[in-house]
Amino acid sequence: MRAARQLTMLVTVFVTLSVAAQDLASFEKRTHTRVLDNGLTVIILENHDAPVFSYATVVNAGSAQEIPGITGLAHMFEHMAFKGSDRVGSKDWEKERVALAKVEEMYAAYDRERHMPKPDDAKVAAAEKAWHDAVNEAEQYVANDEFSQILDRAGGVGMNAFTESDVTAYFFSVPSNRFELWAFMESERFRNPIQRQFYKERDVVFEERRTSIESSPFGRLTEQFLSAAFMAHPYGFGSGIGWPSDLHSFSATDADAFFHKYYVPSNMTIAIAGDVNPSEAWPILEKYFGQLPKKPRPEELRIVEPPQNAERIVILREQSQPIYMEGYHRPANTDPDNATYDVISMLLSSGRTSRFYKSLVRDQKIATRVSGFNGNPGEKYPNLFTFFAVPSKGHTPDEVANGIHAEIDKIKTADVTPEELQSVKTRVKAGLIRQLTGNSGLALRLAMYQTLNGDWRELFKEVERIDAVTAADVKRVANTTFNANNRTVAKIENAPKGASK
Amino acid sequence: MRRYATLLAALFVASTTLAQVKDYREIKTPPLRKFAMPQPKRIQLANGMVIFLEEDHELPLVRGRALIRGGARNVPASKAGLTGIYAAAWRTGGTEKLSGDDLDQFLESRAAAVETGSDNDSSSVSLNVLKGDFDTVFPIWVDLLRNPAFRQDKIDLAKLQANTGISRRNDEPGGIVAREAGKLGYGASSPYAQQAEYATIASITREDLLDFHEKTVHPNNIILSFIGDFDSAKLEKKLRDTFASWPRGPQVTKPDAEPNPAKPGVYFIAKDEVTQANIAMLHAGTTRNNPDFPALVVMNEVFSGGFSGRLMQSLRSQRGLTYGVGGGIGAPWDYTGLFRVQMATKSETTLEAIAALRDEVRKLVNDPVTDAELSLAKESILNAYVFTMDTRDKALNQRVQLEYYGFPADYYEKYPALIAKVTAEDVERVAKKYVHPDALAVLVVGDESKFEKPLSTLGTVTPIDITIPPPPAK
Repeated sequence: MRAARQLTMLVTVFVTLSVAAQDLASFEKRTHTRVLDNGLTVIILENHDAPVFSYATVVNAGSAQEIPGITGLAHMFEHMAFKGSDRVGSKDWEKERVALAKVEEMYAAYDRERHMPKPDDAKVAAAEKAWHDAVNEAEQYVANDEFSQILDRAGGVGMNAFTESDVTAYFFSVPSNRFELWAFMESERFRNPIQRQFYKERDVVFEERRTSIESSPFGRLTEQFLSAAFMAHPYGFGSGIGWPSDLHSFSATDADAFFHKYYVPSNMTIAIAGDVNPSEAWPILEKYFGQLPKKPRPEELRIVEPPQNAERIVILREQSQPIYMEGYHRPANTDPDNATYDVISMLLSSGRTSRFYKSLVRDQKIATRVSGFNGNPGEKYPNLFTFFAVPSKGHTPDEVANGIHAEIDKIKTADVTPEELQSVKTRVKAGLIRQLTGNSGLALRLAMYQTLNGDWRELFKEVERIDAVTAADVKRVANTTFNANNRTVAKIENAPKGASK
Repeated sequence: MRRYATLLAALFVASTTLAQVKDYREIKTPPLRKFAMPQPKRIQLANGMVIFLEEDHELPLVRGRALIRGGARNVPASKAGLTGIYAAAWRTGGTEKLSGDDLDQFLESRAAAVETGSDNDSSSVSLNVLKGDFDTVFPIWVDLLRNPAFRQDKIDLAKLQANTGISRRNDEPGGIVAREAGKLGYGASSPYAQQAEYATIASITREDLLDFHEKTVHPNNIILSFIGDFDSAKLEKKLRDTFASWPRGPQVTKPDAEPNPAKPGVYFIAKDEVTQANIAMLHAGTTRNNPDFPALVVMNEVFSGGFSGRLMQSLRSQRGLTYGVGGGIGAPWDYTGLFRVQMATKSETTLEAIAALRDEVRKLVNDPVTDAELSLAKESILNAYVFTMDTRDKALNQRVQLEYYGFPADYYEKYPALIAKVTAEDVERVAKKYVHPDALAVLVVGDESKFEKPLSTLGTVTPIDITIPPPPAK
């Protein structure tokens, strides 16, 4: 392992661990990892500066685990994970259980009627009413938002979650005297989550779709871009919020099935950073999270995106100002060239000394923002290196496309300079240092690296791999990747209202 | 070590009762360990400059900032957008010695940053360096602070970027409602609702930027703050040596500007290519130094706190009408804010959502807050209070903020007691005093052809035209 920089400082923390926090060896001294009997991985990072801790639970399943008919379900379940369990969130669980079963029965009947080849309108209306009545009947047993209220009252902050193609993550921060309460609540929501108020929440998720996709030019563009770039792989399902027809169709039963298949302890990692003492915490963690039943890991995704062998172009003609994107297929994060792709991204678009800023923003003035980034929409599977540009006023998507291609050609034909390469490496190393503080960011990062890279230590090791990237690597990878028959383009062209399309 | 022992003992007690817990109420809560983040050292120079230093040796980094009075609210309407150009060109335009491009090269190769910014009431010049580079970057930061060159080519670049922003300002409905709600609430000519136009951007000259710098960048308008891996005594000496001889200048003041809200009624902005309506309801609010502020905070929490507040409970969880709804009384530090509630809903439920939101505002005034609501709101605020000061960064930023707005240094220490004292009667009293359901200006942004009924069924509708005025003729 590479020795870290000379700028080491000793820190006296009241538990008297010496911390030179920026290298792996010292970081490891305050990080403790354990895999419970049921397969759950738990990481504890100590920080006793203040009586608080943050956590992140990362599930190694996201929208890439979906199939047509249930797109959006991973994200939907994420919403449902705030609705409580049989023990939290119900005014009368025995009655509610019966009422919820009735809701599912009525919904299934309604769904059958409305999807008949020739639906009988009267029967559909009757079935819909029966379903709505069942929903209203079940609602009376709901202790509304009890799950989040318990944690709000306890002083929890930043309660939230996200679903991506690769993973689903849950996180917030809690005063450290509530550690056991947190352990109960977090294990409870994954022990037996109840799909109460499912159909209401489905409406809420549809509103989210309307906000982030349907009413947003950028949202519309990226949805079209991803579905065009992937013919076969679920990465083409876009943002993960789901296709509209699926959002109108999938059921609580479907959500339950998704949960039971993917939310198994061996598929989950919890990272905790803050005022937690491992010897006191492990018994509590074992007690609560140890009760999650051991289950087999879900099978791996089998589908592989075939080689593109085409240039695909998507054009949206809208009233909004132009936006430009193009993406090239690249391998998953396990590929030996992963670090080279990171270097290419920074060389081209990080900072004012980057190729894009100097050429397109500063000199040619054809764009106000240009970036090239990896991991779109995920990194676990082969994904896209994506270029994104906002043309400046009076300039077109085609101009920025030409500008981007000219810069790509330069790195394909000429070595990047030693100064540029060194600048990237210096910034990556400093960037790691800057990330090593803040409980909530660290908890999430540790859990994400553990999940996506197999080991939280990859947070450090990837910096070493980036440090080893050469100019020859950059040229080689640029040549194999950035070719027209590997390219998907999506752009918004401004078409003012009333203009012919 | 004593605190650790207490924590250990408390957790040990809890863990000896390790029977299966089926009800969260069975779980004991030990007292929260007392702690205090080290407070920054405050220094005041004879020329009025105030300096805060907070040591933090966790990582080999140093971050600093000069916070300078004077921002967008100090700009005349004819030059709206000036501080954006100013902040951008301040950094990119470099100094006499180093052009912006030279700065980029020098800084980025060291993973260092010197950046400039501006907002409504201030501008700033910050630095962020690895400890070993502090001595080389510090003089650059000082030079940029005091002697920006504002090179013309970078001013032109900043103008192009500002104009590009103007051309895009109607593309996202969220951006439209945020901007236009401010104008409805404050009045279009208010310093708090200024909108840059092509004409105002075109009118900005290099002299304007130098003038703004000349009027604002004086030690008596500046608070410096530094956090990181340094020795306070040494840094203090360095800062005194650098800044003590800098003479005072004119003091920046704030404009006299009370909100001039639009008359109650419905205002409509047509927006195509959306499947939702964005709704905002507004009237005037108050300021932070209002003695009613703690009661208003509790009221806001009851109304709109996280998932527990009435708005989310009713409009999202129970009715599924929206993904995001929120709002309450705004009380900025040194000017009068707005009462503002906002939500987005599908076009087909626009009028239903307007009615439901209005209803919640009326209930806030008319329905007494229940004991359950009050205790949930107060406990949420008080139990989360530890998060206001759990890092050195927060300790520093709070002291800077209190100094900047002229609040006592112990304001945050005294604050929890003020919240704890708030009663249901207090909440009801302030709701009646500050929330006026019949004074609301209701703004709707959306595609009326998809609404379930025409907006005019609500009464008179005032359309607002957001067509971007064309650039001035050359």
